[in-house]
Parts: sequence; structure tokens; C-alpha cells
Amino acid sequence: MSVLIEYFLNITDLVSHELPHFEGLFSRRSLRRCVSLHCDLHGLEEGPADTAVLTRDQGLSYYRCMQTIRRMELKADQLYKQKIIRGFCHLYDGQEACAAGIEAGIERTDHVITAYRAHAFTYTRGVSVREILAELTGRQGGVAKGKGGSMHMYAPHFYGGNGIVGAQVPLGAGIALACQYQGNGQICVALYGDGAANQGQLFETYNMAALWKLPCVFVCENNRYGMGTSVERAAASTDYYKRGDFIPGLRVDGMDVLCVREATKFAADHCRSGKGPILMELQTYRYHGHSMSDPGVSYRTREEVQEVRSKNDPISLLKERMLSNNMASAEELKEIDGEIRKEVDDAAQFATSDPEPPLDDLCKYIYHNSPPVQVRGTNPWAKLQSVSSS
Amino acid sequence: QGSFIDALVVLQMMVRDALNQAMDEELERDERVFLLGEEVAQYDGAYKVSRGLWKKYGDQRIIDTPISEVRAGLRPICEFMTFNFSMQAIDQVINSAAKTCYMSAGFQAVPIVFRGPNGSSAGVAAQHSQCFAAWYAHCPGLKVVSPWNSEDAKGLLKAAIRDDNPVVFMENELMYGVPFEMSEEALSKDFVLPIGKAKIERPGNHVTLVSHSRCVGHCLDAAAVLAKEGIECEVINLRSIRPMDTDAIEASVMKTNHLVTVEGGWPQFGVGAEICAKIMEGPAFNYLDAPVTRVTGVDIPMPYAKILEDNSVPQIKDIIFSIKKTLNV
Repeated sequence: MSVLIEYFLNITDLVSHELPHFEGLFSRRSLRRCVSLHCDLHGLEEGPADTAVLTRDQGLSYYRCMQTIRRMELKADQLYKQKIIRGFCHLYDGQEACAAGIEAGIERTDHVITAYRAHAFTYTRGVSVREILAELTGRQGGVAKGKGGSMHMYAPHFYGGNGIVGAQVPLGAGIALACQYQGNGQICVALYGDGAANQGQLFETYNMAALWKLPCVFVCENNRYGMGTSVERAAASTDYYKRGDFIPGLRVDGMDVLCVREATKFAADHCRSGKGPILMELQTYRYHGHSMSDPGVSYRTREEVQEVRSKNDPISLLKERMLSNNMASAEELKEIDGEIRKEVDDAAQFATSDPEPPLDDLCKYIYHNSPPVQVRGTNPWAKLQSVSSS
Repeated sequence: QGSFIDALVVLQMMVRDALNQAMDEELERDERVFLLGEEVAQYDGAYKVSRGLWKKYGDQRIIDTPISEVRAGLRPICEFMTFNFSMQAIDQVINSAAKTCYMSAGFQAVPIVFRGPNGSSAGVAAQHSQCFAAWYAHCPGLKVVSPWNSEDAKGLLKAAIRDDNPVVFMENELMYGVPFEMSEEALSKDFVLPIGKAKIERPGNHVTLVSHSRCVGHCLDAAAVLAKEGIECEVINLRSIRPMDTDAIEASVMKTNHLVTVEGGWPQFGVGAEICAKIMEGPAFNYLDAPVTRVTGVDIPMPYAKILEDNSVPQIKDIIFSIKKTLNV
């Protein structure tokens, strides 16, 4: 095993940490598990440091986060096949390191906006599995009270969940503008996929973000397929981290939660220091098809999916790293798995038993802080009244 | 003594200045309010509506843009140089702005104003002359406002800026330079008109005229002509397209028994069409002595040549003709 382990001895650490709790110092070059050890740079002299510190607590936290997302998405798959979830359902399994790594690299007070493959970010931004699954099943206990569904979940400093491909990117720049306007030192992470990367509005956004030096981290989650179209068939240039042209960019392995975290920290610092926007490409993979109506094997082989699962799974990568460095025991991780299983099962139980929203909710929240207006129903005698949020 | 003199001085203010005053007051009142749009800052606004604001409030609050969209704690006023250009951003107006409060079950409000000139101008041809009242008013989640005079402009714009919802504020380029009297109340910093309430500009007993924006003026001119023939028109200025003050229209129709709608936009699926449907579904239907008449723009792309353009929109003679047909006189 060519991994370096060192006790990270630091006086303050000795005082504040218990002794059996030790840290591993990794030099990424020497880890033979990493698929891509380096970070491609565009318009940048330097990238993130090539060493990262992973504490046991962090490792366990990232493990728990990614495993929860994994189990939540698989539960959604199950519920969808049972026809308890309907409509659109775009699952994130395989991409967990992106959501977990980004959250680890930013502050709670920073802002995140993404497209429709959003369940994981809804979770990392603080919404419970319970409220997410109940939103998918369209119940009143859902995070959007059943009004939004899979693609429209929101949380403090999380702006969804957006169904129109690419539309979330200009919105992200707008949020960054608000951060700049208010001088609060916060940044916005605006995510999009390899498909959206070819949208015109992204380039309009890059122009304005660069012109005004907006504190926006644009993140391309490149999972190699825009619906059923591989990147080679969609883009004249698949170097998505360079597509920002005058905006500096970096590309990292999106299956490695530490790589994602470090790249995110680097990008966030870049923005916070007033240098303007930056673009980050995460090379990742989704196990499911584009959505639940896509088996995901007409445009790629089962072998390809299997290969990623066995060699590059983000959760396995982290697990092996922690086990092989004695940062946790197999039993401990198994116990965490058990807790997560129970949490997700309980959430599913809630999501299937919670009642649907009452019909009175039909005309609720059309407006905010507004006097009631009459809302026409399906026929002239159906006169409903709107109720605004406040 | 001072107030006696004040009462004699009636201030005239052009619509563009009323809009300017509204924005100036709201920018001063709430630091979260800011204006962005093409040429709104250093150019003083393509139609000079934002004149002086950049000098007063600076780069942070008056922003020249390529074209964009903003949220998260601020209260943007987004100017479209004309509403024709809003089609480039219409996905954001509808899918990101209008629907978000509902989709998020009230969690994410969108306090934004989209404003700019709407409808026909003079000689700007087909791509720059469309009226978007019907398109935007079709969508739940938006409020759609269409002022006519300076009081409308100021009071409704202030209301729109203070409203916590996305408001489409449709001005009219030909009205910008028209002066109107402003009452003292209208000149105050707290003058706000309610969105969703129409105004009876002229009472009458024989026929109800319902209109919005520039056509309100045409209706009043037509009413003046007809008054000499003993026909008294009640002219209603809608002010708000969505929500529309249906009660006001119904009350008027129940009095006059005749209804003529007047708009600059195209007839199919338009504001007048909606009013007809609403009247049919409500109590006023039984009071009609004749079917509702719609006076609209001609159902064609706007031509350029002056004689053609003039005949593409309702003229006063068209309104008079339609009223007489409706009254069968």
C-alpha cells in the first residue's frame, strides 16, 4: 500500500481531540485508488493544493451523507416502480461525491442552485429525507407541501430544483449579484450538466458574471450523457471547464469527494477574494438513466455502467480509503449503513402514509403577501379564492 | 394663505416623469430596490424614463445590462427596452418568476418588476410593436398592470415595486411625453394605487367602455364627441389586467346595459375576449341589451407605412362607430 499515513501532531489538536482520533494526511499522487489525480487548469496559474487533510469526523460525515443520498435515491427508484411516485424523477446515484463534496467546500450561508437532478442537493442543504420523499410522493408533508414535486424543492439558500435546462444558470449569477450587492461575502454555486453546457443563456451569463466579477462558481456536472446523447455527439468541445473562455476553469474527478471538496474550496476562495467567477467541471457518472422513464442502456452499455460501479464508485472509494487507513472499522460503517437504512425506511413509510394535500391547497401560494383574489375553477360556478403566503 | 396659493397651482407631469418619480422614491425608501436594463444608467434610459437616477444612486443600484435576471433578497426593477425583447427572457418571467412562489408552497417569493414600453409605437414596424398584455395576463403567478396617465404610472409603479410578487408593468412609448395633472396626493411619496382596481374615468349611463393604456385616452375623446349627440359613455380605465376588476365592469354594465371593450392588441385570445367571457359567466350577462363589442388592433403584423400603421390600431372614429352599432343608433 503506497499510501502515506502520518499522525498529524499539532498542539491544539492534542488538546482538543481525543488520542484515538487521528487524521490521515494524503498525498493524492501516491494514492493508487484515485482515477484522476491531477486537476486540469484553464486560465489559472495554480490550482488547488495536491494534498488534502481528511479527519475521521469528516470522513464519517461524508460517508454518511453520500450513503444517505444513495439509499434515498434507490428508495425513490423503488417507490417510482411501485407507482407511488409519478411524473419526473431524475436520480443522482453515482454522483454523490459531487453534492457531498460541494457542501463540504462551502459555507452554510453560501447559496446553491441546480437543475432537475436535485434531490441530493436538497438533502445536503438541510432538508430531511422524509420531507424529500414525501414531496416525491406528493404529500402535504413534503418540503413543498406537494406543490412542487421532484424538480421544485427549495430550502434556505437553496433555490431548487429547476426544470428548464440551463435556466438556473442566469438565476445563479443573479444570486451572486445579490451577494455582491449586499457585500456579505457569500458566493453562489450554480450547477448544470453537460447537456446544458451548450445553452446560449450560459454564455450570456458568463459574459455578465465576468464583466461584473460576480462571486459565482459555475459547476458543470459532466456525467457524459445529456439524456441519451453522449458528450461526443453533443459538443464541439467537451472540455467543459474551458467553455467559460475568459472565465478561469478547473476540471477534477467528481467521483472523489475529497477532490470535489478541495476544488470547491479553491473555487470559493477565488470568488470570495473578488477575482470574479470561476468554472469547475466535475467528471462524474450516473448509474440510472436520465430519468425513471429511461432504462439508460440504449445509448451506453451495461458493461460501462458496471465498470464504473466496481472501479469508481464514490462511496466505495471513500470507504476503502477510510478502512485501509484505519480511520474507521468495517463494523462501524456497517452500523452507519443500518442507521441510514432505518432512516430511509421510516421516511418512505411517512411518504407513503402521509395524506395528500387538501383540495383547499389548490389556490394557495399563487402570490406572496397579497390580498385574496378570485380564482376561476374548471367551470364558471367553481369560484375559488386564492390564499397567499406571508 | 400658503395653501390657497397651492390650490391654484396645478402641477402637470409627463408620464415618463411620473415613472421616474416613482422609481426615485422607491429607490430612496428601500435599499434592496435597484434598476437594471439596457441603457438605463449612463444613457439615462432609452426613453429617458430613468434619467438622473444613475447620477443620484450610482453603479450599484442602477445597472446597465446586456440582459439578465436576479433574485435572493433584493427587489429588482428589470427594464425591457420594449416588451418585444422580453420574449428573449420570457422563460425566466414565466417559469422562474411567475411559478416559483406556488411551486415552493410559498417558500420562495419573487419580488420583481418587469417594466418597459408595450404595444404599438410610431413607425417601428412589426417586430417592435406587439402588445403582450394577453400573453402575460394568461399566466397565474404574475400580476399584470397597464397604466394610462401619470397618476396611474406613478401610483401603480410604486405598488408594483412594493409588491412581493412578479409584476409585469406595461408602459406605452407614445404616452411618455404626454403631460397630465397630478393631484397633491399623487405627488406625495406614499402615493400608491391598489393593483387589481379599475377607475371610472368618466361616468355615464348609456354604454360602458372598458380599456387600458393609451386607448383610455381615445375612449375619453370618443366619449366627448358622443356627448354632444346625447350619448353618455362610462369610461373605465382597467389599470390592472391581472387581476382584473371584473366587479367594476359588471356593476357598470348592469347600469348601462351595453359594453364595448377597446384595446390596441390583436383580437384573438385578447383582453377584450377575456372580458366577454367573464361577462357571460357573471350576473351582468342578463343586463346586456346587445352582445359585447370588441374594438381591437387589426389582426396583422404591424406595417410600417404611416397610412397603414394608422389604420392598424383603433382610431377614435372606430370607437364611435362601434358604440353606435352597439347602441343600434
